[in-house]
Amino acid sequence: MKRPAWRPRLAEGTAPVLAVLVALLIGLAIAGPAYDSVEGYLALLKRAAPLMILAIGQYFVIVSGGFDLSVGALVTAGVVIAARLIGGDESATAWVIVLVLAFGLLVGLVNGLITTKLLVPSFIVTLGMLLVLDGAVFLWTDGAPRGALSTAFRQFGRGSVDVPLLGEVPYSVLILLVVLVAAAVFMRGGTGRALVAVGDNEQAVRLSGGQVDRLRLLAFVLSGGLAALAAILLGGFAGVSAQVGQGLEFRAITAVVLGGVLLGGGRGSVVAATAGALSLEALFTLLNLLGVAGALESAVQGVIIIAAVAYASLGSGLRHRLRPRRATTTSEPRDPRQPASTP
Amino acid sequence: MTGTSVRLTGISKSFLGVPVLRGVDLELAPGEVHALMGENGAGKSTLLKVLAGVHRPDEGRVEIDGVAHTFAGPADAQRAGIGIIHQEFTLLPHRSVAENVHLGREPVRRLRVDRRRMVRETGELLEWLGEDGIDPTAAVSTLPVAQRQVVEIVKALATDATVLAMDEPTAALADHEVELLYDLVRRLRERGIAILYVSHRMREVFDLSDRITVLKDGAFVVCAPTAELTSEDLVRHMVGRDLSALYPDRARPEDLGETRLRITGGGNARVRDLDLQIRAGEIVGLAGLQGSGRSAVARAVFGVEPFTTGTVELDGVARRIAGPRGAVRHGIAFVTEDRKGEGLALRQSVRDNTLLVRRSALRGARSRVAADLTALLESVEVVARGEHQEVRFLSGGNQQKVVLAKWLAVDPKVLLVDEPTRGIDVGAKQTVHQLLRALAGRGVAILMISSELPELIGMSDRILVMHEGRPAGELPAGASEAAVVGLATGHGIGEVA
Amino acid sequence: MSSTTEKPLPVRSVPAQTRTRRFTLTPTVIVYVALVALLVVGSVLVGLQGGVLLDQAGLLNIFTRATALGLVAIGQTIVILTGSLDLSVAYLVGLTSLVAAETMAGQSGMIVPGVLLALAVAAVVGLVNGLVITVLKANAFIATLGVALILRGYLEQNYTGPAGDVPRTFQHLGYDRVGPVPVAALLMLGVAGACWWLLSRSRPGYHIYAVGGDVEVARLSGVHTRRTIVTAHVLCSVAAGMAGIYLASRLGSGAPYVGTDAGFDLESIAAVVLGGTLLAGGRGGIVGTIGGVFILATLDTVFDDLAVDPFFKDVVRGVVLITAVALYARGMVRRPR
Repeated sequence: MKRPAWRPRLAEGTAPVLAVLVALLIGLAIAGPAYDSVEGYLALLKRAAPLMILAIGQYFVIVSGGFDLSVGALVTAGVVIAARLIGGDESATAWVIVLVLAFGLLVGLVNGLITTKLLVPSFIVTLGMLLVLDGAVFLWTDGAPRGALSTAFRQFGRGSVDVPLLGEVPYSVLILLVVLVAAAVFMRGGTGRALVAVGDNEQAVRLSGGQVDRLRLLAFVLSGGLAALAAILLGGFAGVSAQVGQGLEFRAITAVVLGGVLLGGGRGSVVAATAGALSLEALFTLLNLLGVAGALESAVQGVIIIAAVAYASLGSGLRHRLRPRRATTTSEPRDPRQPASTP
Repeated sequence: MTGTSVRLTGISKSFLGVPVLRGVDLELAPGEVHALMGENGAGKSTLLKVLAGVHRPDEGRVEIDGVAHTFAGPADAQRAGIGIIHQEFTLLPHRSVAENVHLGREPVRRLRVDRRRMVRETGELLEWLGEDGIDPTAAVSTLPVAQRQVVEIVKALATDATVLAMDEPTAALADHEVELLYDLVRRLRERGIAILYVSHRMREVFDLSDRITVLKDGAFVVCAPTAELTSEDLVRHMVGRDLSALYPDRARPEDLGETRLRITGGGNARVRDLDLQIRAGEIVGLAGLQGSGRSAVARAVFGVEPFTTGTVELDGVARRIAGPRGAVRHGIAFVTEDRKGEGLALRQSVRDNTLLVRRSALRGARSRVAADLTALLESVEVVARGEHQEVRFLSGGNQQKVVLAKWLAVDPKVLLVDEPTRGIDVGAKQTVHQLLRALAGRGVAILMISSELPELIGMSDRILVMHEGRPAGELPAGASEAAVVGLATGHGIGEVA
Repeated sequence: MSSTTEKPLPVRSVPAQTRTRRFTLTPTVIVYVALVALLVVGSVLVGLQGGVLLDQAGLLNIFTRATALGLVAIGQTIVILTGSLDLSVAYLVGLTSLVAAETMAGQSGMIVPGVLLALAVAAVVGLVNGLVITVLKANAFIATLGVALILRGYLEQNYTGPAGDVPRTFQHLGYDRVGPVPVAALLMLGVAGACWWLLSRSRPGYHIYAVGGDVEVARLSGVHTRRTIVTAHVLCSVAAGMAGIYLASRLGSGAPYVGTDAGFDLESIAAVVLGGTLLAGGRGGIVGTIGGVFILATLDTVFDDLAVDPFFKDVVRGVVLITAVALYARGMVRRPR
C-alpha cells in the first residue's frame, strides 16, 4: 500500500463549517465592540453552550443513522421537572440534578429500545416521545410550569469561575469543553468508529461481530443524557418557562447538518457538528448586532442552512462525479497526473 | 424485429479532466453477440452508459443504422432502440413484473395507466422468450434471482430494443442459471438483436460471443472474431502482460494439520444432514446450484442463521454459535457474497473498515493497531490513495482485499468465503487466490464457495457438492467440472445433462 | 451441459411460506380495523359517562377535525411516497390563510381571486421546495425546514395576529353541511379520491412510487425523477394551501400561526405514517392516510367528550403512533438489507 506523506486531515465536511465559523467570528469582531476581548467570545460560548451540547447528542444519533426529535421536549421537561421538584429549596439541588440527568438517560433508553427492538423508525419513535413528553409534563404540572430553581442550580447556566489568563469563565463553557473533548475522544476510539459504521452499513457491522443494537441504543442514551445536561444549563441561563425547549430539536439537527454531517448517517465529525451549533449562535448574534429584526432572523437562518447543505452536496457532487455512484462498476481511482499507458 | 447496427466512433469521455474513455471505436452488427472486455477501470461500463444515454460523450459519434444520434438521457436511447441491462438489478422489488417492465413508459389510455395492456404485453414478451412461467402480476420480490434477470431482459426488450447492452448479466447468477441465460442470449441473437456483452468470465465470452473488443485504460486495444483469439491472448490484451499459472499449488498432505472445524449432522431451515470437516491448511470447496444451501452452510456456521440441529466443533471443542459475534469470537471469519451490502461500510475509510471486526468484536490489543495496519494492508496488496480513502472509491478487487484484511486483522482459525472473486478483475482475482492459499498455508481452515467452477476446482483440496439443502457427495482435488455438475444437479458423478 | 434446445427456465414453485403471506394484515387494513375498534371503544366509554359519541354533534366534530389535517396529510402522503418530506406545510397553511383572507378583504367578488392566489402562492412554495431538493440537492428534511424558517420569518415580520377578512358567503365553505357531514369534509374526501386516483392509476402516480422505491432505478428506467419530485412537492403544497383556505373560511380571517399551533408539520407526518405509508417512501397510500387522520380526529373527539385533560391527548397520540408503526414493522416481511 502506498503511503503518501502525512497531510493535515480534516474529516470530510469539516472545512466548510470551520470557514463559515471563522467568517462569522470575524464579522462579529468587526460589527460588535464587545467582541474585541475574550469576554465577548466567552459570553457567546456561554449562550451557545446548551445548543452545542444538544448538537453533540444529536450528532451521535444522526451519525448512527437516526433522528432524535425528542430533545426539545426533553429540555422543556427537564427544566419544568427541576423547577417543580426544587421549588426554591436549595438543599434539593443535588438530587434534582441527578434526577434530571437520569430522566434524560431514561428517555434516551426508551427511544433507543423502541427503535432497536420494535424496529420503528427513530423519526417516528422520537416524534411520539416528543408528544408524550410535552403532554406528560404539563399534565403533571397542570398546564403551566410552577416552582422555582435554586440559586445553586442556576449557577451552572449563569455562574462563572475565575481562570488565570482568561478571567471569568462561565461554568457552562467548562462543561461544554469537557463534553466536547470527551465526545471527540470517544469518536476517535473503536466504539465511536463503529457507531459511524453502523450509520453507513448496519449489516456489515453486524456481520463483523458488532453489536448494532447496543451501539444505536448508546447513541440515543447519550443524546437523552446530553439533552438533560442542556436543560440544566438552559434552566439556569434562560429561566423556567414552558417554551424553553421549543424548536430546539430542529435547531440541533440544523446545527449538525450545518457541520457537514450526513443525514442518514455514516459520515461527519462531532467537532464539526459542534462548530455548526456555534456558527448558528454566532449568526444570530451577528444578525442582532447588525440590527436585523428578530423576525427576519429565522428567514436568514432558513436561507443559510439551505445554502450550506446545497453547497456541501453540490460541492461533493462535483468532487465525486469522477466516480459515479456504483463503486464496482467504475474505474479504479486513477491518478490524473499519471498518464495511463496507451498500447 | 429488424436488425439494427450501431457504430461508435472516437468516443472520449472525461470526468473532471480525468479521461475515462479515449477515442474508443465499437461496432455492433444485427444478430451479433459482441463481447466487451477489460479490467475494472478499463472504461467498459462508461462506454455502455454512453450508448445508453446515461453519459454524454465529450467527443465522438454514436450512429445507429448510419444516423448520428445525440442522447440527452436514457429515454432518448430507448427511443432509438437501445436497451441496457445494468450490472445491478434495476427493478423495484415491491412492484409487479409488468409495472417494472413498463417503468417509465407506462401505456396510458384515457388518462389512466392501461394495466391490462401492461400485463398482456409483458406476458407476450415473456412468452416470446419462452419464459411464460413468470406471472406478470407477481411482485418482483417473490421471484428467484434468475427470473429477476429475465425480467430485466424483458424490461430492456419492452422498449422495442433492437440492441441490448448487458453489463455483467451473470454476476448475480448461479451456474445453471447462467446456462439458461446463454439460451436466452442465443435466442435473442437468432431474432436479430445485436448484443453488447460485458463480462469478466472468460468462459461465457468464448461460449457466447462472435466478436470481442478489449479496452484497457479507456482506450481501444483490439477487436477480433472470437474464433481467432485464445484466452491467453485475451488476458494479455486486458492486463498487458502474461499471467502465469492460473491457480496456486494445492496443499500437500503433509501440510494439513488437525481438524479445525467439524460439523456433524448440521441442519436448519435451509440445510440438512451436513457433515463437514476442514483441517488446518485445507481449502474445502463448496459447490452447488443457487438455492442448494451452498451459502446457507456458511451463514449457518457463522451464526447468521444458526444450525438448529447437530454439533459444531472448533479445534475439537463443541461450540454453540448463536450469532456472528459469537462466531467471530471463536475465530471464524466470513467473507460474504454481497460485498457492498454486507461486507463493507462504503463511506468509511480503508482503515476503519480494516479495523471494523477488531473493534467490534474484540477488546484490548489496540496498541498493535497502528503498527500492523500498514503491514496488513500491504500483505493483501490493497491499492488505495491512503488508509484514509473511503472504500467506495476503490475498485471491486481492492474492496475485496479490504474485506479480507478486516478478517486477517483478527487472525481467524476458520475462514468462510462466499464468491470471493465475484465482479473483480483478472489481476485481483489472482491475488485473492494466492492470498487464500497463503492463509491456508498458515494453518487457517478455509471453506470456499464459488459459482465459478474452474475457480472452485482450481483452488480446492476437496469439494463438497450440495444439492437441495444436503450434501450430495464429495470429490477429490482436481475433479472434473462434469463430476461437480452431475452431483449438483442431482445426477450421479459423470452423468451430465 | 450447454444445451441448445429451447427449454424454459425451470419455474420453481414459490415456497409455501410466501404463498400463505397473502392473508397478512396490510397496514391499511390494520388502520381501518383500529379505527372501527376505536369508534366502538370510544362509544362505550362516552356512553358510560352518559354521552353519545356518534351523534350529530360528535360526527360533525370528527369530520371538522379531520378536514384540515386530512388535506395537509394527503399532500404529505404524496411527498413521503416520493421518498421526500415536507416540514414547511404548517407555516404554509398560515400563509395561505392570510393570502386568501387579505385578498378577499370582505368582498364576495374577490373570493375566486383570493382562492386562486392562495393556491398559486402554495404552488410556488412547493416549487421552491422541489427545486431546492432536486437542483440544489439539499436533503428534503433540511430543504423544507429551511423554507419553513423563511416563511416563518416572513410571517413574523409582517403579522402579529389575524388579518384579512373573509366574506360571509365564503364562510359557508367552513360551516355548511349535508346531514352531519360538513361540505368541506366532503371536499377533502374528494381531494383524497382524486389523489388516490392520481397515485394508483395515473402515470405520474406510478412514477411517484418508483422514485420513492429507488430513485436510481427510476432514473435508469427513464423516469424524470426531478420532475416527479417537484410535482409531488407542488401537489403537497397546494393541498396545504387548500387547508389554509378552509381554515380562513372557518376563522373568518387569516391567521399566521393557525398551522403551527395545530402542529400540522409533524402531525401530518404522524397521520401518514399511522396510515401505514413507509417513511422511506415507495409503499403506502392515501387510503391509509385518511384512516390515520380519522383515528387522530376520533381520539380528539373522544377525549373531548370524556373531558380528558388536553395534555393527556398528546401522551396518547404519541403512544398510538409508536405502537402502530411497531405493529406495521412486525407485520411486514423483513426486507432484504
